[in-house]
Amino acid sequence: MTTAAQSPAPSAAAEAVRDDDKTVFGFWLYLMTDFVLFSVLFAVYAVLHNNTFGGPSAATLFSLPYVLAETLILLTSSFTCGLATVALQRRNRTQVLVWFGVTFALGAIFLTMEASEFRRLALDGNSWRASGFLSAFFTLVGTHGLHIATGLVWMAVQLGQLVNRGFTRGTVRRLTLLGLFWHFLDVVWIFIFTIVYLLGAVRI
Amino acid sequence: MLFASLLLGRLNMDAFRHNMVVYTGVVVMTLGLLSAVAALTYFKRWKWLWREWLTSLDPKRIGVMYIVVAMLMLLRAVSDAAMMRAQQAVSVGSNHGFLSGDHFQQVFTAHGTIMIFFVAMGLLFGLLNLVVPLQLGARDVAFPFLNSVSFWLYVAGVVLVNTSLPIGEFAATGWLAYPPLSELQYSPGVGVDYWLWSLQIAGVGSLLSGVNFLTTIIRMRAPGMTLGKMPMFCWSVMGSMVLVVFAFPILTVTLALLFLDRTLGMHFFTSGFGGSAMMYVNLIWAWGHPEVYILILPAFGVFSEVVPTFSGKRLFGYTSMVWAIAAIVFLSFIVWLHHFFTMGAGADVNAFFGIMTMIIAVPTGVKIFNWLFTMYRGRIRFTTPMLWFLGFVATFTVGGVAGVMMGMPPVDFQLHNSLFLVAHFHTMIIGGVVFGFFAGLTYWFPKVFGFTLNERLGRWAFGFWLSGFLLAFIPLYILGFMGATRRMDHYDASLGWQPLFIVAAVGVGLVCVGVGFQILQVVVSVLRRKDHLDLTGDPWNARTLEWSTPSPAPEYNFAITPTVETRDAFWHTKQSGKRPAPSIYHAIRVPKNSPIGLFIGGAALTAGFAAVWHIGWLAAVAVAGVVGLVMYRTSDDNTTRTISAATIAKTEEAAAAKRRYA
Repeated sequence: MTTAAQSPAPSAAAEAVRDDDKTVFGFWLYLMTDFVLFSVLFAVYAVLHNNTFGGPSAATLFSLPYVLAETLILLTSSFTCGLATVALQRRNRTQVLVWFGVTFALGAIFLTMEASEFRRLALDGNSWRASGFLSAFFTLVGTHGLHIATGLVWMAVQLGQLVNRGFTRGTVRRLTLLGLFWHFLDVVWIFIFTIVYLLGAVRI
Repeated sequence: MLFASLLLGRLNMDAFRHNMVVYTGVVVMTLGLLSAVAALTYFKRWKWLWREWLTSLDPKRIGVMYIVVAMLMLLRAVSDAAMMRAQQAVSVGSNHGFLSGDHFQQVFTAHGTIMIFFVAMGLLFGLLNLVVPLQLGARDVAFPFLNSVSFWLYVAGVVLVNTSLPIGEFAATGWLAYPPLSELQYSPGVGVDYWLWSLQIAGVGSLLSGVNFLTTIIRMRAPGMTLGKMPMFCWSVMGSMVLVVFAFPILTVTLALLFLDRTLGMHFFTSGFGGSAMMYVNLIWAWGHPEVYILILPAFGVFSEVVPTFSGKRLFGYTSMVWAIAAIVFLSFIVWLHHFFTMGAGADVNAFFGIMTMIIAVPTGVKIFNWLFTMYRGRIRFTTPMLWFLGFVATFTVGGVAGVMMGMPPVDFQLHNSLFLVAHFHTMIIGGVVFGFFAGLTYWFPKVFGFTLNERLGRWAFGFWLSGFLLAFIPLYILGFMGATRRMDHYDASLGWQPLFIVAAVGVGLVCVGVGFQILQVVVSVLRRKDHLDLTGDPWNARTLEWSTPSPAPEYNFAITPTVETRDAFWHTKQSGKRPAPSIYHAIRVPKNSPIGLFIGGAALTAGFAAVWHIGWLAAVAVAGVVGLVMYRTSDDNTTRTISAATIAKTEEAAAAKRRYA
């Protein structure tokens, strides 16, 4: 161990870069824990997906075209979120607001469609109380929906801050993290689409 | 009536009706709280408490608070243990003891839950907060505010679990609350909900801490400290935190699913409607087995620091230690099924998990041998931390062998659910985790408070703990072979078990004396601190960076960030005789105090209480409060303050003067 007694004080800018780098790393770790969380829900769904207790199974319950529309909307929102991040790098405020605005709108449409699918299922007597399979379905897809809702609230708050404060270190960092979060939710949805809906439709 | 249920959910006067034993507990708890409040008021310490402790983001302060809370919980859970053993010593034949069956079940559930989640986890994160940044040569953890949130979520869990004593009841299901017993149908009361929410809240805190410390270790090591030069305690913590990050989300989901079953009428683990109770058992142990290693790895880490220091030698087999940790981290995820060989998974599955269980003993054995070889031909000083280590080696090895025995499925079919199992895991957790943490607390105490603990009283505490522990648990191994099952509140006199149960109860009595000596040790050490001040900052002639700072370590840890060239960096500096004496200091940024973590903990506690009693409006308000507080804090970009170079120069020069005086 030595101590560089003569070294100059670390510059504030260098410290800031290190801080942001640390935050992004920590956020990735958090996303990994969220991935584990979803993995467990997927495992639970895999175990229970045939336990319909005499009720309808995935093959009869879901409408693929509807879910495909949901999927395309969410994928598009991920694309516009990417455009917003590019605009963020260029510090182009108008574009950031526009693209995140579009992302927000698409996210809200997705969430509304999901809620109306849930409502339809519940009204048809296929609520989460009906069977182990439906409990697992509602919990897995609903947890994803809850994440989307959180992302929307987060987006609204951040956009408000951007309008008020402009590009500060804080607003840029938080919008970057939000972008990561949104893409992550997209990835999770791909798994949901494949495992719950596609495989559900294939199995007879 | 409708209004009352809207306002208070299912909370009513019945929640406050208890038996005499519970009332006694409530009175003791209330008197303790009142005397703390009175003392703070009398000595005019409220402001001090708020400014220096409750709102502090300094990990050393947070660490001390963790340890204080954990020690209070230890007192509670040891009392539970004493009650159980007293009951079993007298409840024979026509005598049914002083605890009713239902109350006995609540007591053993509370004992297990509190010991694991609120004693062991509290001591773990307390120790991490005290040591990890200092040992890495860092000034703070990666996310100081998140750290305080984790702590206050832990406290919220502690308060909630203890609220079940005066208001309502606790779970009577055992510490892991297996369904279908824990489902609404069989446990309609609030007990399981108290269990569920106190663990959920504290568990989220642990998960956030895992992310925090993993980031700290990976991103904040001093310049030059490559992973291969990192102290072994930090390696152990890294293994443990990787496990936290992978295992705690499983707990979060499992508890959430049980909540959905109980509250929204879902069917994950119910007996009917296509639920699967065995899925719960699989999930809870997929978290639960890694949890065992989450606790023990840092204790291993403590010994990897204590043994080299008090043997005057470098740690034997550094590389093999690291590989042993890595192997344990990996293997700990593929042994969970040995907790329920009797499920009926079939011979092949049981064989796989049995073999894996035995394999995990190999890296653990490697570590034991490495410590012994570190001692070999060393100049050993038998200080209290070293005594805890010696007690650990003997008991942990015996417990480990018992574990390998039960790792054989055919043997497990005989011993499953017996007191042999209880004896085994207490040998591992008391002899391993608890002894390890006590060694660590004694070892690092001077770094935090500036004076060492009284050695003489420490030895007495150790002696009573070790002998009491052996007396309490050796009879349980024997009783297990004789067929005594766990969680038993009454047995027939003709079985001839009573003498062994009486011996076990005497053992618990001796452990209580040991705890008494520990309290005495702290009190005496504080009163006579002038006699054993640590002026040098290095009272044990130790090897790692934390001992290069003054004791107590200043808020900013290191005035100048050290640069590391070797393992045992501080030892080599001392050997070379070239201890740097910097003359120029620079200002340092540290986090400002913040009460928001405490408020988030308070809101989470309120939400938990409201969820237990089904008070909808209160839960909604509290959750909105948490969201609002998080938004408020994350929007605040002005969270640091600066310690001026002059202040630092003054502090450092005072420390250097003390060192010269010594």
